[in-house]
Amino acid sequence: MTNNVNPLLQMQNIKKDFFGNQVLTDINFTLGEGEVLGLCGENGAGKSTLMKILFGMDVIRETGGYGGDILINGQKVEFSTPFDALEAGIGMVHQEFSLIPGFTATENILLNREPCKKNIVSEVFGDRLNTLDYKEMERRSAASIEKMGVAIDADMVISNMPVGHKQFTEIARELSKDQLKLLILDEPTAVLTEKEAEALLESIRGMAARGISVIFITHRLHEILAVCNKVVVMRDGYVVRDVPAKETSVEDITKWMVGRDVQSSVRSEVRSNDGARTIMSVKNLWVDMPGETVRDVSLDIKEGEILGIGGLAGQGKLGIPNGIMGLYEAGGRVEFNGQEIPLNNPRKCLDSSLAFVSEDRREVGLLLDESLEWNVAFPAMQIQEKFLKRLLGGFVKWRDEKGIHQVTQKYIDELQIKCTSSKQKAKELSGGNQQKVCLAKAFALEPKFLFVSEPTRGIDVGAKALVLEALKKFNRENGVTVVMISSELEELRQTCDRIAIVSGGQVAGILPAAASSEEFGLLMVSKVI
Amino acid sequence: MSKKTNLPAGKRALDLARNNAVPIMFIIICAVFIPMAGFSPSYLLNEIITRMGRNLFLVLCLLFPIMAGMGLNFAMTLGAMGAEIAVILVADWQIWGIPGVVLAMILSIPFSALLGFICGTLQNMAKGREMITSYIINFFINGWYQLIVLYIMGAVIPIMHASIMLPRGYGIRNTVSLLNMRQCLDDLLAIRIGGVKIPVFTFLLVGLLCLFIVWFRRTKLGQDMRAVGQDMEVAKAAGINVDRTRIISVVMSTVCAGFGMVIYLQNIGNLPTYTGHAQIGMFCIAALLVGGASVEKAAIGNAFLGVILFHLMFIVAPGAGAFITGDSMVGEYFRVFLSYGIITLALIMYEAKKRMARSKAGQELAEAQKKEEDA
Repeated sequence: MTNNVNPLLQMQNIKKDFFGNQVLTDINFTLGEGEVLGLCGENGAGKSTLMKILFGMDVIRETGGYGGDILINGQKVEFSTPFDALEAGIGMVHQEFSLIPGFTATENILLNREPCKKNIVSEVFGDRLNTLDYKEMERRSAASIEKMGVAIDADMVISNMPVGHKQFTEIARELSKDQLKLLILDEPTAVLTEKEAEALLESIRGMAARGISVIFITHRLHEILAVCNKVVVMRDGYVVRDVPAKETSVEDITKWMVGRDVQSSVRSEVRSNDGARTIMSVKNLWVDMPGETVRDVSLDIKEGEILGIGGLAGQGKLGIPNGIMGLYEAGGRVEFNGQEIPLNNPRKCLDSSLAFVSEDRREVGLLLDESLEWNVAFPAMQIQEKFLKRLLGGFVKWRDEKGIHQVTQKYIDELQIKCTSSKQKAKELSGGNQQKVCLAKAFALEPKFLFVSEPTRGIDVGAKALVLEALKKFNRENGVTVVMISSELEELRQTCDRIAIVSGGQVAGILPAAASSEEFGLLMVSKVI
Repeated sequence: MSKKTNLPAGKRALDLARNNAVPIMFIIICAVFIPMAGFSPSYLLNEIITRMGRNLFLVLCLLFPIMAGMGLNFAMTLGAMGAEIAVILVADWQIWGIPGVVLAMILSIPFSALLGFICGTLQNMAKGREMITSYIINFFINGWYQLIVLYIMGAVIPIMHASIMLPRGYGIRNTVSLLNMRQCLDDLLAIRIGGVKIPVFTFLLVGLLCLFIVWFRRTKLGQDMRAVGQDMEVAKAAGINVDRTRIISVVMSTVCAGFGMVIYLQNIGNLPTYTGHAQIGMFCIAALLVGGASVEKAAIGNAFLGVILFHLMFIVAPGAGAFITGDSMVGEYFRVFLSYGIITLALIMYEAKKRMARSKAGQELAEAQKKEEDA
């Protein structure tokens, strides 16, 4: 090859922060023509952000751009839109499908790049009235499917396809672009069956042989070893390892992915709750939460403990609290305190003294246009009739403004919520402080049992520590059982007594918080689907 | 999960009935009403044919926005308003017969296109609430229409003929007679078979629009429109100009509605200046829905079946009302409230079907789990 001097892709000192929150630091790697690079790392390690930068996605520009240089064939490039990246020969298959459901595979593969024929009307009114050349479309889609090497039905409508074939349609669409030089596959095998994944790996080898470079992101580490030339492992926004695939193993990668300097992390004191009674028992729970499907989960939660639920994104850990609290359609049996709790009925859950801090704080968690006082007191007022004065023998209920003010002030002080006053509107607070308000709201309910979902998502380090401390304190002092769901294993290990790892919608195992990172890592990828 | 194709016949019939509940309901209503009303078959056939010629073009124009995923275009009324302004001007210029009709159609294009462009732009600002937006835009633009017709025509826009002007010297009369234009399209090439008049030329125009729609689906723009209609985000990611495509679909709809309105008016033979367009959108949408269309899916067949069933009900309802209660007003009243009922039903069914699909996914999950346990 002539351009051996300059590798296809060079990433030099890539940096990115989201409003002061550093997510990528000094990323360097190179990728040659026809090479396959495996990119792995925990959720939040920065893989997706890095790929978004490479693909010129709008979010990057909207949040202040990035630092460092991207070189393609030695030329510095800067993509302001994905279309520029496509132009330069970069294709990307996203985790979420980007397909038109009512179109056939062929129509999707050639979407907006359909070969057309001119006619009289289009001569007058412009090219958009050209008729589609169906024969040529068929030929081209067949060619790209052939190039992919996995047989899919080109005439089948997407909505009737099994999920794996949708994935292959996306790949075929990228392959049908003649200028394609680099293909980014973001967890393509997550939705594939064993056999399909095998076919995909074969197809990746085929692409590499044709000179197309591939960046392959996956949580199935053995796939990386099977197909990649080199492996780049990321953690907390750094590249921690960049090694040839031949010289490494699944265990090594796992360790690099989750391993941290053990000394630096503050471990929670070891508590054993083996003797405590079971306060909640979940049997055969299924939850139909899009993207977080839960399948046949059985789980016992002991009184007074903090149970962590961890696992990779999309494996169903978020579905568990959302299903039990009735926010998504669920089935199975949940007993709390010896009594069965009806599913699909949020009110009943709240009435039996359960509380839930949702991961979706803007949509579910907060009344954005209302004051902090209202946000903190509203559920307690609605559900437990707290902060209400009864007049005329209970005929009229009046808000107890003073009581509301007091309780809000108490939590503002306790959780160090940064605000101008307790009358400030919730939407004016920063993410971290909004999260604290969500907690205050749940605390004000004085529940016996608390679900906290992703309590530290999108908040800075200082607020993180405070939120976790507050949870621990609430658990210790009030004897409240807490179930905390988080993508960050390290914070679970700092806060929880036991940690259940969810993989493929099922509980893959429960380990004490003191177990090693490798053990957790293996559980996380054990049943990935 | 494997899709079951060998459903039992009973279940399949049930599914078919559920998916076509509205047309089946109307077939039953018509079957009951027709004998009650006691009209002769040739009279019924004649009426139906007339109304098909009158309304089909208008109903078909609704297909474009549905294709682009914008739901039922209540704002097709805007095209009707554009056509009415054109017809008033043509009537004032005393250009009658076929030339008058053709001129009115041509003249309506700028009016309807402009209104359609405004409507499409506004609808783009209110994505996801296109239908209610288009419905309210009607009332807003109706105000402008009345301003033009009631005050500006005669005062600013010269109106020569006193016969269409209000006695006070400006503004248009409540009714503009189109007697010299009446049924001139319908009579062109018309044939009579056993007392039933078939307006061949009007049907030819309708056929032409159908052919255009079929052809249009195969063009790049049609393909883009369908893509935008199914998933705006995906279409945008593929580089399709979503907003522009949506505006084009509304403009096409209003322009066709303008042509349709001219056809409608030449058939009726007079123009009720202030009320002519008021119910057009509502009745056309009701007709399309009666034909089995939904908010997101409609075909030419739905338009034909819908116009036949809906207008059959319209024709026989007063007679049936008189038969049942001795008062034809009851039937009159019945047919109006029924058309509102159908639209409500269609809107509810659209949501209900989505919810049913969602809960079905949950049930499948539960079943799969149960199977696993049994195994």
